[in-house]
Order: sequence, then structure tokens, then C-alpha cells
Amino acid sequence: MMEIIANLFPFILAVGLVVAGGLFGARREKKHYTSIKTRETAYARQPILNTKTLPPQAAAARTEMVCGSVVISIDRFKQLLAGLRTIFGGEVHAYTSLIDRARREAVLRMREQALGADIIVNLKMETASLSQGAKKQMGTIEVLAYGTAVWYGSEPPRHRSQQAV
Amino acid sequence: MIMTNLETVPGKEITAHYGLVQGSTIRAKHVGRDIMAGIKNVFGGELTGYTELLKESRDEATRRMQEQAHELGANAIVNVRFSTSSVAQGAAEILCYGTAVRVQ
Repeated sequence: MMEIIANLFPFILAVGLVVAGGLFGARREKKHYTSIKTRETAYARQPILNTKTLPPQAAAARTEMVCGSVVISIDRFKQLLAGLRTIFGGEVHAYTSLIDRARREAVLRMREQALGADIIVNLKMETASLSQGAKKQMGTIEVLAYGTAVWYGSEPPRHRSQQAV
Repeated sequence: MIMTNLETVPGKEITAHYGLVQGSTIRAKHVGRDIMAGIKNVFGGELTGYTELLKESRDEATRRMQEQAHELGANAIVNVRFSTSSVAQGAAEILCYGTAVRVQ
């Protein structure tokens, strides 16, 4: 009897991790989305452009490069779902939401650096996969968002240091 | 040192070009962080340790790029780009490059 349990242990552990991952992962994702949405509405008046030109009527007083990045990982349950999806094909929703969360979070962090800026121009996004070993799986990703924050007018704000990144 | 990822510095005029400057660094995570990340991998979500690690590396790469620009006598770097690649197991390379210029 003990031997059977001992033999089954790795299997039980794997199932346990998947269930735990599913329960906690879903809760954390919901919480993260709520936080992203509230913060995004707070920044609604600060436009972000991915073009390089400023609006013609605006004169820039100060510019600064701003960066935001996040490393995010998928939970075990979604990894299993994604694995199953590769059998049937189609959109892998598990990964879609993961990348979406990471991108939006990275942009929000970039905006936190651009406090009081009137506009952010030339937004660039970069995604890198950090998982090693498991070649076929996309486990951990890093998203970096960067751009140039511009303050209009003649009075440059003094509350922020001239920091590089 | 003014940095921007635009091709010019808004409101200023470029008076001299000094060419390409770059900075890079390759960092590996230490074991403790790796184990913590392994545990977090089960539940998903942000891996704060890695976020910080990559941010530190990016700051370091930027610093090296700025040093290079400073040596050339530039006071601004335009058209800055970042690039990340995973070169070896558990290590990531961060590259940062741009054009050193003098603005007025």
C-alpha cells in the first residue's frame, strides 16, 4: 500500500501543482487586471504616440527618456491548457492574456516615470522570452516599454532629478 | 546627459555628431532568486526579482553608453534603442545603443 502511494507521489504532486496554479493564478490575474484598469483611467489625459513628431503647436521645454519593464510568468494550469491547445490549434488564450497584462503593466510603469509630462512620443515595445530549458514552452517573458516624455511650456518641473533611465 | 529615443532633441539644435555609442552587460541570476522564481512559476504572476535584475542591468548598460558618449565630448544621445537576448542558460544580455551628439 505504502509503495503504491510512494509510486503515485510524483503524479499527485503534479496534479496538485496544476490545481494550485489554476486557483491562485486566476485570482492573481483578476486582481492584476482590476489594478491595471484603474491606473489606466487615471492616465487617460496623457497621450502616448508611437510617432516621432510632436504636435506642431507645442514647444518642448524638457525631454526625458522613460522606461518601464516587467517580468511575468504563466501559472501551471494555463501552461497545461496551452499545451493542450497546441494539439488542436487556434488562439492560445492563456498566453494572450499573459502578454496583454505584461504590456499594459510595462506601459503603466513607464508612465509612472513621466509624472506630469504632457505627452510621451516614440513609444517602443520589446518582448523577450526568459525561460530556459523547456524549449517548446513560453513560460516567463519580459516586456520593456520605452519612449520620450515631453514637458511643454517654459517652466521645467524641478521635483524630478535628471536621471538617465 | 540628455537621452531620447527621438532622432532630434525637441526644442534644441544638434551642432555635432559623434557617431554610435553603445553599452552592454550580461548578467546571471543567483541561485536564491532562481529558486524563488521556480516556486512563483507554479502560481504565475510577476517575478519581482527578475524585474529588478533586468532593470539593474539596463541601468548599467545605459551608464556605460553614457560614459562612452561623455568621453567623446557629447552632451546628448539621440535615437536610443534597447535590445535583450538570452545568450546562455540563466543569463541575459542587455544592449543599449544610440548616437552621441552635441546640442545647443
